[in-house]
Order: sequence, then structure tokens, then C-alpha cells
Amino acid sequence: MNVRIIPRLDIKGPNLVKGIRFEGLRVLGKPEDFARRYYEHGADELIYMDVVASLYGRNSLLDIVERTSKEIFIPLTVGGGLRSVEDIRRVLRAGADKVSINTAALARPDLIQEASRAFGSSTIVVSIEAIRKPNGTYEAYVDYGRQSTGVDAVEWATRAAELGAGELLVTSIEREGTGKGFDLELTRKIAGSVPIPVIAAGGAGRVSHIHEAIVEGRADAVCVASLLHYHYFKDNDYDESDFQTEGNIEHLRRKGGLANVEEATLPGIKEYLLAHAIGCRWPQQACLTGAETT
Amino acid sequence: MAAAGVSYGSRNDVTERSSPSVKAAVVDYGLGNLFSVRRACEHVGMEVVVTPRKEEILGTDVVILPGVGAFGDAMATLRRLDLVEVLRDIANSDRPLIGICLGIQLLMSESCEFGVHKGLGIIEGSVVRFENPQERKRLLKVPQVQWNRIFHPNHRRQEGDPWRDTPLAGLAEGEFMYFVHSFYVRPTDPSVTLSVSRYGDVEFCSALRWRNVFACQFHPERSGSAGLLVYRNVASAVGQARGGSAA
Repeated sequence: MNVRIIPRLDIKGPNLVKGIRFEGLRVLGKPEDFARRYYEHGADELIYMDVVASLYGRNSLLDIVERTSKEIFIPLTVGGGLRSVEDIRRVLRAGADKVSINTAALARPDLIQEASRAFGSSTIVVSIEAIRKPNGTYEAYVDYGRQSTGVDAVEWATRAAELGAGELLVTSIEREGTGKGFDLELTRKIAGSVPIPVIAAGGAGRVSHIHEAIVEGRADAVCVASLLHYHYFKDNDYDESDFQTEGNIEHLRRKGGLANVEEATLPGIKEYLLAHAIGCRWPQQACLTGAETT
Repeated sequence: MAAAGVSYGSRNDVTERSSPSVKAAVVDYGLGNLFSVRRACEHVGMEVVVTPRKEEILGTDVVILPGVGAFGDAMATLRRLDLVEVLRDIANSDRPLIGICLGIQLLMSESCEFGVHKGLGIIEGSVVRFENPQERKRLLKVPQVQWNRIFHPNHRRQEGDPWRDTPLAGLAEGEFMYFVHSFYVRPTDPSVTLSVSRYGDVEFCSALRWRNVFACQFHPERSGSAGLLVYRNVASAVGQARGGSAA
């Protein structure tokens, strides 16, 4: 079994952003630039999450997806604001391989069944964003972590799998962007109760956290963001005028890191996992990789 | 056995982009994401038509049968579109036929996915589900969703490089490819198996070749540079075959 390392790129308008617990979004660059670098450096898949679509309607996400899918040849999952089979079709036509749905699926669970029938189970990722309650259970949230639902996250996971989800993306909202490590109990509870693969998300701040998510959390794949973004964004050269109207660029200007987050590279993560007896894909032929990265 | 129509060159021969006149048909039978297959074909210089119409399919140099989704639904759609005979004829002609993911499964005689369904019957054999694959006593998830390695099959170990002159030419043994599937093919004649892979304690056929038919369980269009090489090999072999016949 080879675990997948999946960079998650949160997108707001034309920009890659990153927040903490989905809030205080910082602009870090252009998603296509990060996508290309991650592809070249051995990312196993990519996730694009449109962080405002479910609240404010559509934007240029489809254009970004189309541009990206011409240059990267690994699976691309796209989510954020998809409400219907027709929405899903549009994103797939733009070049996504899978879609991630959360808000719309909780509002109308049959969407999972309809979508998996129309496009195949493996195309449908159900995203579950959860907050731990004082009694130790987990509640599913929608609208980018803003809206509670009263639905038990573990029960919802089981139901989503029964309805035909191909994979589950499980995010701890409290850990998201904090660098404090994954909520291993949440990951383990869900991974242990569904027959389909579970992607752990929210909290990776050290490479060792990924190891924990796999060994203790029983995750089949791991989603990372800050861990990579804050390393890779230093390499990018930007014209600040590109970002003038797009919110908080202070971080971009300073090229600073994040207190709780170490900087990692994809090859570094893979090397660490292999050294700790965790199977993962590593670049087989350096010359071949070099030849193809146009 | 050497293929009649096309020959797949060694890796050194395929660095050139193929002639843009190589036309590929991606069979569109309503399931799955065909766009990544189209992009990969275009990336290696092929001209692509994504179509369910047999007239269009028959006008191309290479036919690609992709797909994700359920076997029974796919066969029903191929029947409705009147493509079953067309695909069988192509398999028996000199024209290359490429099956990807569900496409490799559809080539077989039958599948037991949600009841027994007849397949295209181009390759004799069956399609079976992963039954509780285990690794170090840990039960693995089905579907298999991961990058997995492809290896030379045991019966071809004596041959030197069994991938020479095939779409896998130039790939190192053990290369990683992207897989998403719950079922896998079991060809009756093991000699058609071109590569094997392992999921937990199950070894399965991950690519096969019979005459001008090449099929793989993995998604070369989602497998980075290694996967693109497979498309490049196909484009190059078809381009050479055409160049040869035109001269």
C-alpha cells in the first residue's frame, strides 16, 4: 500500500490562499504556479478548493482548472460550491478528474448517489469537515467551516460511503491551518468505519504529523497545505500589482513562514516516509521526469 | 508475437513528437472523465476526436476505449450505440485498440460486477473483484486508489525486456502508475499479460497485449511523465506505421 500525499490548494478568486481554521485568509500566490511545482516535485494528486464559491457564487475557478489540467498529468480534485450534477459535469469538463462535495451533499444526500451513478464512484469525493464536541463526538460543518449541521460526522461518513462516495476527505476544522497535527481520533474513527479510502486533512505542521495520520489515524492518503505552501512560495517571483485588489498580501511581501509550521518539500516528505517504512511513490526515473516537465 | 500493423519502438526512437496527423478516437460512451485522456493524447501530438459515433471512430488511426464506472452499464451503452461489433472488428484488424481502466475490463469475455455480464469477448478471461486484500494483517480498502508499481510477469522473465516494442517501452520495471479500481482482469491465456501489480496479497494483471490490442488497468494519462511515455509510444508507433504505408 502506497499512501498518497495530496497538496490542497485553497483558491479565492485568482489566488492561492491559506487561512487558519478556514479564516484570516492570506494570499500566497497563483494556484497554477504551485500546482506545476507540486506536480514536478512528485505530488500524487492535487486538490483545488474554491473557498468562497459556496457563499458568494461562482468565479474564475473553471478557467484555473482548465489551465491547470493542460500542464499537470496527475489526478486533480476540485471542490467548493458544487451543488448539482450539472455543476459537477462542468468542473469535470474543465479538466477535473474528481470532485469534492460537502455542503450540497449534506443538504441533499441523494446528490452523492446521482453523481456517482452519472460519473462513477471514483469521481466523487465527499468532504467531511468536523468539529469535536465536548462529549467527544464530532459534528459535521458546512460552508467552509462556518455552519453547523447537527449531523454526527462519523455516521455521515458511513452514510456517504453507502450512497456511493468513492473517497472521503476528512478535515478537522479546529486543526486546519494550525500546524498542530491531525485530529487522529477523528481520522481513525472514520477510516475504521468505512470500506473506502480516507484522506486525512487539517493540521499538518511537521512531516512527522503525516506519519501519525497514516499509522495512528489509519489514513490512506494525507492532505497537506501550509507545510508545503510556506516553503514553495518563497521561490515564486511576483509582481505585486497582480494582487493589489485581492486582500491580505502582507505575508507574500515578507515571504515569512508560519510559527507552528515547518517548511517541507515533497521529496523530503517521501524520503521521511520511506525511511519510516511507509510505502509511497517516489520518482522512479529522474531523467524521464526531467524530460517531461515542460 | 509481432503485431501486424504497428511496431512499438524502443525509448530512443520516441523522443520526437509524432506527426500531428495521427488521429485518435476516444470512445465516448457517456461515462467518466474523457478529458484527461484527450489532454494526454494532445500533449504527445495526436489529433483527438471524442465520439460515440462509429463512422467517426472508424476514420481514425488508433481507438482508445477509456472509462470509469460500472461494467454492466458500460456494455449496455456500447450495445445501444452499436459499437460492440465495431470494437471487435477493430481488435481483429491492424488498427491499434487501447483499453484503459474499465476499458481493459470490457475487453474480457465476462465480468461478475453486480451479476454476471458479458463483455466484448476480445480477450478470453474474466473480471473479478478484490476480495479482502490484506497487507501485514491490515485489511486494505477497495477500491484500490493509489500509485502502484508495474512489474514484468514471471513467465516473461527470460525474455530480457518484455516491454520492448510495446507501449510500455522505455519504462523501468517497477514504475509507478495511478490506479483506481475495485475489479481486475484474469486473462485465460497468461501469455497476454504484459505487466503485473500487487495489491496487498493479490497479484493481478495490470496491463495486457494481444496482437494490436494494448490495455492497462492504470490510468497512464494521470500517471505523470511515465504515463505520458505510454501515450508517446502509441503515437510514435502509429505514426511510423502510417509513414511506412504511405511511402
